[in-house]
Amino acid sequence: MSAASRVGKLANLSLDMRAWNIRRHALRMGEVQGQGYIGQALGFADVLATLYFHATDYRPEDPEWEGRDRIYLSIGHYAIALYAALIEAGILPEEELGTYGMDDSRMPMSGMASYTPGMEITGGSLGQGLGIAVGAALGLKRKGNQAYVFNLMSDGELGEGSTWEAVMSAVQWKLDNLICIVDFNNQQADGPTRDALAKGAEGPKWEAFGWFAQEVDGNDLDALVYAFDAARRLNEPKPRVIICHTKMCKGVDFLEQREMNHFVRVEPDEWSKALKQLEEAKTP
Amino acid sequence: MTLASMQRKYEPRTLPQGKAATSAMIASLAAEGYETVSAPFGHALTKLGKANEKVVGLSADLAKYTDLHVFAKAMPDRFYQMGMAEQLMFSAAAGLAKEGFMPFATTYAVFASRRAYDFIAMAIAEENLSVKIACALPGLTTGYGPSHQATEDLAIFRGLPNMTIIDPCDACDVAGMVPAMAAHAGPVYARLLRGQVPKVLTRHKTDYRFELGKAQLIRDGKDVVIVSTGLMTMRALDAAQVLAGDRVSAAVLHVPTIKPLDVKTILAEAAKGRLVVTAENHSLNGGLGEAVAKELMLAGVHPPFRMIGLPDQFLEAGALPTLHDLYGISTHGVARQIKQWL
Repeated sequence: MSAASRVGKLANLSLDMRAWNIRRHALRMGEVQGQGYIGQALGFADVLATLYFHATDYRPEDPEWEGRDRIYLSIGHYAIALYAALIEAGILPEEELGTYGMDDSRMPMSGMASYTPGMEITGGSLGQGLGIAVGAALGLKRKGNQAYVFNLMSDGELGEGSTWEAVMSAVQWKLDNLICIVDFNNQQADGPTRDALAKGAEGPKWEAFGWFAQEVDGNDLDALVYAFDAARRLNEPKPRVIICHTKMCKGVDFLEQREMNHFVRVEPDEWSKALKQLEEAKTP
Repeated sequence: MTLASMQRKYEPRTLPQGKAATSAMIASLAAEGYETVSAPFGHALTKLGKANEKVVGLSADLAKYTDLHVFAKAMPDRFYQMGMAEQLMFSAAAGLAKEGFMPFATTYAVFASRRAYDFIAMAIAEENLSVKIACALPGLTTGYGPSHQATEDLAIFRGLPNMTIIDPCDACDVAGMVPAMAAHAGPVYARLLRGQVPKVLTRHKTDYRFELGKAQLIRDGKDVVIVSTGLMTMRALDAAQVLAGDRVSAAVLHVPTIKPLDVKTILAEAAKGRLVVTAENHSLNGGLGEAVAKELMLAGVHPPFRMIGLPDQFLEAGALPTLHDLYGISTHGVARQIKQWL
C-alpha cells in the first residue's frame, strides 16, 4: 500500500461521514423547496467532501482569508451542493438551511458571490469559471501567494468554446496553481453529454493541450484522495485537471434507478423517503 | 451586408477616377488643423502603472492596435498577452481584479461589446469588479465594414448595470480618462482613440480637463446647443465655426461620460430656449441622443430637439471621409443638418 493510499484510508473514515452529511444537508434543502439539482448534489458529494476535508486550506471563521485555496463554482446550479459543503465546513450555519431558495436567503437557487460567504464567484453562465480561475491563478502568482485555485465545472461546460480558450491559456502561463475539477455525470439539460459535444476521450484531450489529466471514479473516496494529492504534488509547471466520473443521485437507491435526467424530478413525499433511506444506509 | 451594396453586387465597376481609397484599419483619425499626440492612452497608462503597482495590462492580440504596446514595452512583467481569445481575456481580467489587481483590458470595441458581452456582464459587472475596458475603433472610425465598426457598443453597455461609460473626444480626454478610470471603484468601458490623436478641446477651451461624470460647455452660443460626445465634439466645434460664418451662433456641450450622464448640466443647457442637437459617433438607437431625450422628457424640458448619429444599418465599407460625409457626421454634414433645422 502506497503512502498516499494509506493516508487516504485513514482519512476516508471521516471523509465518508462528511460526504454523507453533505448529502443529508442537500436533501434537507431540497425538501424545503420541493425542488433543486439534487441529482448533481448527491453525485458530487464525495468530490466536495474530498475537496473541503482533504484537499484545501481555509478558515471557516474567515472565509476571505488571503491564504485560503480559492474554490470557484462555475456550475451555478450546483449551489445546493456547495451550500451543503459550506454548512458541513462550518462556513454557513446549519440553522439557515431552511432558508434555501427563499426570499431574503443567503442561499439563492443559483450561486452568486454577492449573497453567500464562501461562494467565490457568480457562476451559472456556464463556461466562465475556468477563465476567471486563470486570472485568479495569475494574480496569486503575481502576489507570491501559494494558494491554489480550484474550478468546479460540469461536463456540459466542455461544450463552451470559452472553456477551451481558458484551457490553452492555463498552459501558456504554466498555471501549476490551478486545479480544474470536471463533474462528468454525462447528463446535460437535453440529454446525455456524450450525445451532444463531449464524445469521449476527455482526459487525452486535456493532456493533448498540455494539462496533467486524471480520470477517476468520482464516487470513490480513495481514488479522489489519491487524485487530489497527485494534482497538488505534481512537480511540473502545468495546470491540473481531475475528471470525476460521478453517478447522479448517488446514495439514494430509488433516485439512482430513476431515468437519468439533468433535473431529477422528486415527488413531494419522496424527500423524506430519500432522507430516511440515506439514514438507513449509514454505516458509522 | 448593407442593402445598398447588396443591390449593386453584380454591377461591374470601372476603374475609379479620383475616388478615395479605404485606409489601413488602424489609421489614425486625421483632423485638419489640429496638432496630434502619439499614443496618449499608452503613455497615460504607463504613467499610471508607475504610480500604482496594481495596474496590469491585458491584450487579446491587439496591443499594437490599442496603443497598449507602449505600456507593454515600459513594464513587460505587468503585461499579459492573452492571445486571440476575448472571452478568456475578460474572464481572466475578472480573476485578476478579484485578487486585488486593476486590469486594463484592451481590444476592439466590436469584440468587447459583441463577442465578450456575457463575460463582461457576469464575470465583471455583476460583481462590480475594477476592470477597466478600453476599446479601439469605436463607432465609424474604420472603413473596413461592420465586422470592425462598433456602431452599437454604447447601447449595449448602457444596458449593463454598474458600468461607467466614457467616449473621449481627443488626446486630452484620453490622457485624462486613464487616471479617472483608475480612481473610480468599479468597471469602466472607455472608447479609445489611438495612434496620432488630435488635440482638440484645449484649443477651444484652454483650461479644459477631463472630469469623470461631468459634461462641459466648450463654447457658448445663442441659436443652438450641440450636445456631443466622442469625436463628434470635434465635429461639433468645427461645425460651429462653419455656422458662425453663416451667422448661426452654436454652443457645444461636450459629454464624454455617457453613463452616468451629467443630467443637471444637460438640463440646464437644454432649458435656455435654443435648438438642442445631440451628436454621436454611434447608432441613433440607444446612445447619447436617446439618453438625453429621456432626461428631457422626464424633466419636462421640451426644446426643439434633433439627433445626429449613425443610421440603424450595417454601414458601408470605404474611405472614412467618404463615409462620414455619407452618414452626415462630417463637419459639413453636421453644419448642413443644423442649418436645415433652424
